[in-house]
Amino acid sequence: MNWRQYVKKYGLIEWPYPVRYGEEREIEADVLVLGGGIAGCWAAISAARKGLKVVLVEKGATVKSGSGGSGCDHWLNTPHPGTDVTAEEIVGWELEMTEGYCNALSRYIAARESYETLLEMEQMGGVIRDLKDEFKGAPFRDEKTKFLFAYDYKSRIHFRVRGSTFKVALHKECKRLGVKILDRVMATGLLTEGGRNGARVVGATGLHCRTGEFFIFKARAVVNGLSRHQRNWCFSTEIRGNANFRPTQIVGDGHAMSWRAGAEFTMMEKSLPTSFASGNVFQPYSHGNGINTWVPCTMVDANGKEIPWVDRDGRILKTVEERCMPAPGQRFMGERTQGYTHKRPELIPDLEERIRKGEYTLPLYADLTGMPEHERRVIWGLMVGEEGKTRVPVYIYYNEAGFDPARDLLQSYMFLGGDPMRGSVRPQDRTGGEIGDAGGLVTDWNLMTNLEGYFAAGDALFAANYHYHAAATGRYAGRKAAEYAEKTKFSPIDRKQVARERRWVYRPLENRDELEWKELNAAACRIMQNYCGEYKNEELLKLALISLRELQEQDAPRVCVDNPHKLMRTLEVYNILTCNEMIVHASMARKASSQILGFTRLDYPELDPPEWKKWILLRNEEGSIKTRDLPLDFWKPLKENYEKNR
Amino acid sequence: MSEEKIYAFPNGCTPGNPVTFDPEICNGCNLCVDACQVDVLIPNPVKGKPPLVLFPEECWYAGCCEGICPRPGAIQIHLPLPQRVRWKRKDTGEHFRVSR
Repeated sequence: MNWRQYVKKYGLIEWPYPVRYGEEREIEADVLVLGGGIAGCWAAISAARKGLKVVLVEKGATVKSGSGGSGCDHWLNTPHPGTDVTAEEIVGWELEMTEGYCNALSRYIAARESYETLLEMEQMGGVIRDLKDEFKGAPFRDEKTKFLFAYDYKSRIHFRVRGSTFKVALHKECKRLGVKILDRVMATGLLTEGGRNGARVVGATGLHCRTGEFFIFKARAVVNGLSRHQRNWCFSTEIRGNANFRPTQIVGDGHAMSWRAGAEFTMMEKSLPTSFASGNVFQPYSHGNGINTWVPCTMVDANGKEIPWVDRDGRILKTVEERCMPAPGQRFMGERTQGYTHKRPELIPDLEERIRKGEYTLPLYADLTGMPEHERRVIWGLMVGEEGKTRVPVYIYYNEAGFDPARDLLQSYMFLGGDPMRGSVRPQDRTGGEIGDAGGLVTDWNLMTNLEGYFAAGDALFAANYHYHAAATGRYAGRKAAEYAEKTKFSPIDRKQVARERRWVYRPLENRDELEWKELNAAACRIMQNYCGEYKNEELLKLALISLRELQEQDAPRVCVDNPHKLMRTLEVYNILTCNEMIVHASMARKASSQILGFTRLDYPELDPPEWKKWILLRNEEGSIKTRDLPLDFWKPLKENYEKNR
Repeated sequence: MSEEKIYAFPNGCTPGNPVTFDPEICNGCNLCVDACQVDVLIPNPVKGKPPLVLFPEECWYAGCCEGICPRPGAIQIHLPLPQRVRWKRKDTGEHFRVSR
């Protein structure tokens, strides 16, 4: 029954939870973890294992929340005893793919600790092996360990896992270790020593999204596991759930509050075209394709004619198994196909042209029927079934609706409407954070930011991505935060700062009742599409700042807030506006264009000139923007730095 | 013509129906309400009755509600109409659509 049906039958409903606007709760923690996704849970667990008092604050429900909450089908980039590929080589692949715009520091930490992390996941109850021998004898299985691998059956650095078991296990472990979990609490601001911008972080504030209660957290160390910015260019006021690759409530709360406190960010100028968030796309992995979760699926055209797979040199591959084997002379293959050295096979790159010429007839289909049985079952079952969002709405429901992968061809929407994997519908539909690597917080080798006592993990870090990385960096940041907390005293929190934060949280309750938060979000996106979109120049960027401020000053106070849930959604949009400002400032600071960053400045058209191949770091110092540069390879030497700090 | 009251309702949103409950199977335990990370559902004011979908267009379609539900069949998720996928039976050429 939806709300309307209920109202017709019984009349209007009062808000179902007690409303406690203005009531305060003060909580103390040795280590405070913001965000209860993959990174946050791992940080909490690793700090709690050191015997410290840990508090975990999560806007949703820790048992299932975050991008990896509903599942994960692969655990990537992991050196282990069964492969000779090294952590250095794995980071080398990432660096090649991103032309150096990669957080090699956090990727290296992840590569070095990913296997240990995975084994710990198993000890907690995550299923990472083929214990039931469902894939006995398959070329992607190691018979001794019963591990299953993806993408590259020779080098075996990408694990296939049953990730739908992970989050529940992490949640259980948090509880077992005595982590105090506060679900439905949105972290709203950081508290700093003396209330000063740029000072040590000594706590945080929060809002209960059901009751409206205000939280004050006092901590010796704080870990940010709050993911990244989203919905900056692109926002569908309707069909939002399917349109967002990451959960709809990931908006950049952590980025915005860190920015207000004076934390340093980089790569925020990056944006890429995407059809995600437009409202046109299909549920990820819910239709046939030959991309990540579906690799190495056979694709056919409307007449059943097979589309060839080719290796990095364009050699046509004759068997299904060859699609997962390195090319002659190739050391190993990455999960994605950018860059030549570690490129894995893919469908013929000129497919679109050949369709135009009539060689293939639309629509295309994923054809699992003729594949080796173990491949069919591992794609339709393990991969589609364990990946985030696929288990219930795709795997279980399609089966119940009668889809049989041994008899049926699943339609592909490649070259039709709304395929998320084929770039953008419109050039102004962009993302900085929806998919791939995005801008974020800069840290040292302890994963501590420039604000002392404030650590970051997972997608809160700049140029971060993937489940394995969130898990391994969360675990590392939790450890480091605990070490820091052990030798640090509590600092008094600044009551004036608390009052300011409280004011920010509750001010929307005084708003006029004229707009909904969605309209404000859509307007914020339109500003970015107009003035900070595919083409940028100084004049456009200035207009972007003017327009964003106008929206904040004139229109934000018109957003109606009926209940605590809508207050939370409204504060989210305020945070989106802050992230948009960060993006514009970062775009102003980079006075050159860049292919890899998807960054076109009409007034500085030269693409990736050598003097601009660097990180530009930005922070907000009491409202004025401070920038500094770092060389792209500031993290080197990787091995020595990691071993000195771990 | 029926005597049913006609109400002044605003337009609803899309999708209007991401989650439905079978009132025969659901016992209103509200585990799903607390597992939904987006907080789409609220408890039914009547104890023991299925939750209400208050914020349908916020649904992320992760299936966390059904994943945690102890009573099979109590919850059904429905992909939005524009996102229903088709398939074809290879040997007969018949076309189907995900229809729930």
